[in-house]
Amino acid sequence: MAKVLIPTPLRQYAGKNDAVEVAGATVGEALGKLIDNHPDLRRHLYNDEGRLRSFVNVYVNDEDIRYLKKEHTQLASGDVISIVPSIAGGGF
Amino acid sequence: MSAQPVPPRQPALSNEEILRYSRHLIMPEVGMEGQLRLKQSKVLLVGTGGLGAPLGMYLAAAGVGTIGLVDFDVVDFTNLQRQVIHGTKDVGRPKLDSAAERMADINPHVRIIKHDTMLSSKNALAILKDYDVVADGTDNFPTRYLVNDACVLLGKPNAYASIFRFEGQCSVFGYAGGPCYRCLYPEPPPPGLVPSCAEGGVLGILPGLVGTMQATEVIKILLGKGDLLVGRLMLFDAMAMRFRELKLRKNPDCPICGERRTIHQLIDYHEFCGIPRHEPPPAPGLKDWEIDPVEVKAKMDRGERFYILDVREPHEYQICSIPGGHLIPLGELPQRVHELDTADEIVAHCRSGMRSAKAVDFLRQAGFKKVKNMVGGILAWSDKVDPRVPKY
Repeated sequence: MAKVLIPTPLRQYAGKNDAVEVAGATVGEALGKLIDNHPDLRRHLYNDEGRLRSFVNVYVNDEDIRYLKKEHTQLASGDVISIVPSIAGGGF
Repeated sequence: MSAQPVPPRQPALSNEEILRYSRHLIMPEVGMEGQLRLKQSKVLLVGTGGLGAPLGMYLAAAGVGTIGLVDFDVVDFTNLQRQVIHGTKDVGRPKLDSAAERMADINPHVRIIKHDTMLSSKNALAILKDYDVVADGTDNFPTRYLVNDACVLLGKPNAYASIFRFEGQCSVFGYAGGPCYRCLYPEPPPPGLVPSCAEGGVLGILPGLVGTMQATEVIKILLGKGDLLVGRLMLFDAMAMRFRELKLRKNPDCPICGERRTIHQLIDYHEFCGIPRHEPPPAPGLKDWEIDPVEVKAKMDRGERFYILDVREPHEYQICSIPGGHLIPLGELPQRVHELDTADEIVAHCRSGMRSAKAVDFLRQAGFKKVKNMVGGILAWSDKVDPRVPKY
């Protein structure tokens, strides 16, 4: 099982959870499970071609999956997946 | 004998400054050398809002010699919950004036340069080029990418932070060849998918915390001390009261700081972010805060969500009303303004459009940016939209 940390802007699409435990051998599988359970998240994580959106970064522990094996990155038990979307606010 | 080069002019500290900065001067990490370095430094703050407030006050207090401010906005009531550099007395004043006054009060030895403009592709390089460090405290994606690109092109470090509700991100971009904002996020989200602070809200103390982290990085860059947030993205969650650190790598394919970069000059950042440069123009004869009753009806028919604010008196409401109106009499509006949401599109109306024009004026002053007056009021509604509504 891996833990997925849900960022504030996306919690409303994930049953208001700040973290969700999902099974999966790879990051892609784990995110697939997450979306199966919370279908509203899909359009916030993936574009129409089914690719991860370029303003949403995914990390396994502290490493960006772009520099690992992207969605094929293997997961070990206890790994933490972070979804970190772009935010622009400066409190204007 | 050849002439010796003239040594760089070292500004000295006055006795008053030595006393003022004594808690810096007695610590080895700053000392006299570091304090003089701060005094010779120039920092540009883009935005004097939530993040700009702690940045401006702490950097002034610390003795940064020159601080530039870029802003074009005026202080409104909704700012005061977090923008502690501005006070209630400043509502309606330019933020630049209010911020500069507060900073000069904290430390009169600081030279403050006011750039009363919206940072754009036309002026950014000219404004940024004279500064040593830039601190980005803006509130929108086009300016985020503009500040990043201008900093990378000029080789200036960018102390970055961004906030949403109770979460913040902080990093240092473009420092000594390190990663930049485009390495973190190559592209912005399409408009509307990510809510802004005005739409999503922000915990008032959050920019205080995150802007202070930004200010800390600025001071460390200037002093050349400590471990900077270069190649590191710091995330902060105020509700969990938890910091997390993620690795931020330089993207070899980055279009502006990568080896085969494709961006060599500033671009059109509104276009890049998919945002129309201007709102669609108002109908002929109308101001941009006015709307015709026919258009209001068309919006209703299109199923658009907006808030219809009726500012008449209760006894008038009993005579007639238009569908979906919420009654808040003009005289009660200042006390009941909290019942409205700045994120909503609001159409105000009354009998003839006079009182609702005053309501719109008031709301605009109070920070409502999406509020319009239905011109001609219920009288015009009766004439143009629905004659069953009686005129009185």
